[in-house]
Amino acid sequence: MINDRFYKRKYVIGGIAVCIVLSYILRLFFLQIIDQSTKEKAENNAQLRQTLYPSRGLIYDRNGELLVANQPIYEVTMIVREMKQEPFDTIGLCNALHISRDSFEIRMQDMTNRKKNRGYTQFAPQIFMPNLSQEEVAQLQQEKYKYPGVDIRIRTLRDYTYPIASHILGSVGEVNHNDIQQDDYYKTGDYSGRGGIERTYEKELRGKKGVEVYMRDSRGRIQGSYQNGQMDMPAEAGNDLYLSIDRATQQVAEQLMQNKIGSIVAIEPKTGEVIAMVSAPNWDPRRLVGKERSANYQQLLKDTNKPLMNRATQAQYAPGSTFKILQALVALQNGSITPHTKYPCNGQQSTPIKCTHDHGSPVDLEEGIEQSCNPYFWALYRDMLQQDGYENGHALFKEHYNEWREVIASFGLGERFANTDIREQAKGYLPTTDFYNRIYGQKGWKAITIRSLSIGQGEILVTPLQLANQAAAIANKGYYITPHFNRNDSMKSDIHTTLVDSVHFDVVHRGMSRVMTEGTGRWYNIPELQMCGKTGTVQNPHGEDHALFIGFAPQDNPQIAVAVAVENAGFGATWACPIATLVMEQYLTGEISRNALFERMTNANLIDKADEQ
Amino acid sequence: MSNNRSIISGIDWWTIVLFLVIALFGWLNIYGSSYSFDQTSIWDFSNRAGKQLVWLATAVVMGGIILMIEEKAYDVLGYIFYGLMLLLLIATPIFARDIKGSLSWLTIGPISLQPAEFAKCFTAIAIAKYMSRYGYKVRDLRDLTVPFLLMGVPMLIIMVAQKETGSALVFISFLLAFYRQGMTGYVLSWGVASILLFILVIRFGEMALPFGTGNLGILISTTLIHTIVLGLLIGKEKDMRSAIIMALGVVVCYGIGLLVNIWIAVNFNYIAIVSLAYVAIYLLIQAVKQRKSSMGWIVGFVMVSTLLCQGCDYAFHNILQRHQRVRIEVLLGMKDDPHGAGYNVNQSLIAIGSGQTTGKGFLQGTQTKLKFVPEQDTDFIFCTVGEEWGFIGSAGLLLLYLALILRIIYIAERQRDKFSMIYAYCVAGILLFHVTINIGMVLGLLPVIGIPLPFFSYGGSSLWGFTILLAIMLRLDAARVNKMQG
Repeated sequence: MINDRFYKRKYVIGGIAVCIVLSYILRLFFLQIIDQSTKEKAENNAQLRQTLYPSRGLIYDRNGELLVANQPIYEVTMIVREMKQEPFDTIGLCNALHISRDSFEIRMQDMTNRKKNRGYTQFAPQIFMPNLSQEEVAQLQQEKYKYPGVDIRIRTLRDYTYPIASHILGSVGEVNHNDIQQDDYYKTGDYSGRGGIERTYEKELRGKKGVEVYMRDSRGRIQGSYQNGQMDMPAEAGNDLYLSIDRATQQVAEQLMQNKIGSIVAIEPKTGEVIAMVSAPNWDPRRLVGKERSANYQQLLKDTNKPLMNRATQAQYAPGSTFKILQALVALQNGSITPHTKYPCNGQQSTPIKCTHDHGSPVDLEEGIEQSCNPYFWALYRDMLQQDGYENGHALFKEHYNEWREVIASFGLGERFANTDIREQAKGYLPTTDFYNRIYGQKGWKAITIRSLSIGQGEILVTPLQLANQAAAIANKGYYITPHFNRNDSMKSDIHTTLVDSVHFDVVHRGMSRVMTEGTGRWYNIPELQMCGKTGTVQNPHGEDHALFIGFAPQDNPQIAVAVAVENAGFGATWACPIATLVMEQYLTGEISRNALFERMTNANLIDKADEQ
Repeated sequence: MSNNRSIISGIDWWTIVLFLVIALFGWLNIYGSSYSFDQTSIWDFSNRAGKQLVWLATAVVMGGIILMIEEKAYDVLGYIFYGLMLLLLIATPIFARDIKGSLSWLTIGPISLQPAEFAKCFTAIAIAKYMSRYGYKVRDLRDLTVPFLLMGVPMLIIMVAQKETGSALVFISFLLAFYRQGMTGYVLSWGVASILLFILVIRFGEMALPFGTGNLGILISTTLIHTIVLGLLIGKEKDMRSAIIMALGVVVCYGIGLLVNIWIAVNFNYIAIVSLAYVAIYLLIQAVKQRKSSMGWIVGFVMVSTLLCQGCDYAFHNILQRHQRVRIEVLLGMKDDPHGAGYNVNQSLIAIGSGQTTGKGFLQGTQTKLKFVPEQDTDFIFCTVGEEWGFIGSAGLLLLYLALILRIIYIAERQRDKFSMIYAYCVAGILLFHVTINIGMVLGLLPVIGIPLPFFSYGGSSLWGFTILLAIMLRLDAARVNKMQG
């Protein structure tokens, strides 16, 4: 032992060692005994959570006929971190997938680029190639073991039994960033309903994803089921959905509208169920499935005829002569006319609105409807609005206008239908007194100023859906049920009563029946179906008139109410009416007996006519 | 023969037992962390555990040979060994293959060696030889010039030429031996203070002040320097008068700064420098006046610390490489990066923490088996201990190291000649440094610096290096008995 004056420093040095070791032991104590969170993290680390995708609910029509089913599709996924770990046979993988080395690199870059693939992480499976057929993955399936981190997943895509109802059904596509943020059910690469029924009933249709938990190493090699599968959850298939659509009627309606721009909406009046809804032009729903989806979607998006727009719910037209039915009902309810009130008609010489039809004078209500007599409805409207004159700064006139507007609105016009599964509706427009006050000043407008409204022209706008619903309300003699697609009972109870008493409807029904037997619709009538209807020809400042029709059948016990709008077609009686009668015939009899008419309507090409303008 | 018998009787068996227990426990854990599910046999020499067993066996043989070599050889040949070692260190990067940016591996046939692992041992011998020469005494820092050079030259070669920061930093551990021999404790305190200042400047460096311009890091570290100086003046120098004048001056400095700041935005970084300059100049005058060299030390401290504060911000952003900077930022909690720089440490903490009290059992650790912690059989091997053997195993291992280090200090203190004593302290310092840095890193307390855990991490060079280091000490210690008898 060396005696030196620094010998006490051995305690300092020893003390440093003791302090360090003790502080480390303290740290260990906190890490291992106090802190319990790391145990769970280690378990999470050791798991590979393999998502099991549920099959999406099937969609049927009102008769239980299958409309939308599922088909299997394959996708190749990669866990990038595992591929880096050892020499990776890229060329072998390219051969197995039948892709070039260059396209491999491009796909790889796209997949790992967080701008294109927001949820990218090298630790979890990423989709390398989506939408492959069984044949395309067959070779890789056999050699998969050679490529660590590469896997093949089965997904399901939509399969359609008929190429119809694209607007109603919507489609299924990959979720976007927004969806993922709003609903943490979704992960990148998941599918969800985009538009239509698929979107409205997404939560019912999608089912519940399941999970299989495996033990794995950091190279992703599965070492076995985690805790003997206790954590596994099977996927739950989505609920099937029964729609109110009648497949055959929908199909006929779509055939009738091919090469035309416009729409058809058919509703079962007693239930509000939509029997058919066509917006033309449309597309084959199969085009928005799988590999071709995005290219086809872009094509639809660029199409100048705007096929993606659902004209049945979003196109807005003046209702034209179809509006005369409501005018008659408001006047009857108001008491300003009786069914027997007659007005004179001077034919072409009538002022301020001339009559376009050739008939006797004076006419009563039934004949006025049958002949779609413009002077009759102008006189009716005028007398209703100015029955108390223009005293007190038009106060009573405006009051009558508001009363009129309120009754019209009670038929479902001027607002979107709430609490329904029909998406993307337009509101239409019922002009308010404020609107006219702004344009003409408080006292600047009278009945004569807004005379166009009397015959459904002017500022008023309706959608085909509103027209069909209005037809249903007329068929029901004073009430309607919010139109909808789902064939369950819950939506049938959403009854809206109009402000017109049921007693006033009989005369209107008779008038609408006469339209079909003696008036503008007489060429297309099928007497045993007791059709009632009203045609409309809407002036279109941009070109040829739009053809409109509303109607229902049979008169005694209405089963179907229908509205047809064909843009730029000309007379309602020539185009919209025959199409509507064919739709009603198909629905009520289950077949088309007038094959020549059906052929003529189907083959007519009015879209080019529209395009020329 | 009588010599050999006395050697055997003079061997410190406690150390041998501790060495063997640690090394075998290490081997078990290497087997555990390199284990894979399709492995056929524990004795398969192509895998890491099998290789380590070979390294261990050869290391034991090597240790045995060293025990038989005449102990005077180290004293006599110390400088020659040291010189050859320097040549080897310089030659290494020329012949070395680049392994992850490091040029420290020499490949001879099937064996790869890392000369830096052996450099510690020969440097320790050279330092012990120099400091034990007749008449040598550490009176002030000038006496330590040569030992500092002996320590610094290999350190510099390893750091600059071989790019092995971790292995180079280990040489700092010789300061412990210098300290025992009489180097002023200020050097150690300075080391601690420097690290503290560095952390403060970096940690708070990007935070703005609530007034004026400048950054919080500089202000806090300056305040710390003032406080230390004040403490030294009052506690050590018992000079109340100087302390009060100094404190007043600093307060006036900052007062003026705050006052001016009402009209013009003041950069308080400059105020900090001015106040420190004032303190340095004032104390320098006092030191000369009172003829107190200890006062000079304080001036030195102020100047070096000031340079450090101003310099380390620059060094941090301009000299350190990006990955080193990120490691430090992650450690100081300035950045959260569980998949990047923080990944290793994060996974290592998960592994250790999930072991809980008794561990998951041998070969049962999922973190280890599933290879979440990179380098888990070398630098991060302590994770495996933590995960599979729990608190009991990992705290136990720490206590084993502590026992070994304390035993070596005990051995050092019982030496009769300075050479053996200094050498033993060098060994204690090296082991302490390795254990501290390695486990501190794994526990997320220190930045990630890749140095092995002695006798424990996988690797022939490191195991051989440490075994030789320890065996030489044991040989020197065993000779003590002879010296007593003779």
